Amino acid sequence: MKLRDIVQIVEAEVLCGQDQLDIEVGAAVASDLMSDVLTLKCRDFLLITGLCNVQSIRTAEMSDIHAILYVRDKLVDLEMIALGEDNNMIIMRTPCSMFKTVGRLYTAGLKPVY
Amino acid sequence: MEFKFHVEGGDFTSAGTASSQIKKVLKQINIDPIIIKRVVVALYEAEVNIVAHAHHGDIKVKITPQQVYIRLDDEGPGIENVEKAMQKGFSTASSKVREMGFGAGMGLPNIKENADIFTVRSEVGKGTTLEITISTVNNG
Ligand SMILES: Nc1ncnc2c1ncn2[C@@H]1O[C@H](COP(=O)(O)OP(=O)(O)O)[C@@H](O)[C@H]1O
Ligand SMILES: [Mg+2]
Repeated sequence: MKLRDIVQIVEAEVLCGQDQLDIEVGAAVASDLMSDVLTLKCRDFLLITGLCNVQSIRTAEMSDIHAILYVRDKLVDLEMIALGEDNNMIIMRTPCSMFKTVGRLYTAGLKPVY
Repeated sequence: MEFKFHVEGGDFTSAGTASSQIKKVLKQINIDPIIIKRVVVALYEAEVNIVAHAHHGDIKVKITPQQVYIRLDDEGPGIENVEKAMQKGFSTASSKVREMGFGAGMGLPNIKENADIFTVRSEVGKGTTLEITISTVNNG
């Protein structure tokens, strides 16, 4: 699925990486626990999270995750966006809840990482 | 190549600075991305542990053609029972740490999982030393 489609499905706002929306993501993981995300051996998937802080960006950086989707209209501050830009990431934000976000994307065919 | 970093306890925003820099270096010298991920995930969890559990600490990273060697020395409360701390799910983390997305007792087990050699030494009331070695040559 293209990031562009994800943006449309969950009515997301793109906060950085607007020029990379044609990238395909094969799978996603949804978690607020960064230690959990850090145990995943796969690389390059979409991280869906309600944990909106610098640690979530750092976790993505270390995990080779290039796209992050924050749920429930969380406030993404400038430090986070700067860190995301530094790492060439796509940061998105949706007003949808975690449940609705995951449900819509799963129904649309986005695969879980496991 | 050798790199040194200082980490202050409680400073959550700077946790990850060392891992981030080491990742850039390893990428530049064309290390296999799968190995880079193992190194930086282990280092990041270890950095977070200093921020979350200790007063302050020093990190030394030594990169040679065969391996990445990381040593983290912190001054802090130390770990009373290392064997217990290494078990999945054991955590004494504060709610502040959990708000950051950590504190589920998964850090040390994950460092062990990613390392080729991992040792923990700790003295209660003094501090903790972690040594992490990851081979950068295939099948090594
Ligand atoms: N550097 C450290 N100094 C003191 N205690 C530590 C340190 N690292 C780990 N610990 C102890 O070991 C426990 C388990 O660590 P870890 O597996 O990383 O889980 P978490 O950090 O999520 O609690 C911690 O909760 C803490 O009690
Ligand atoms: Mg930890």
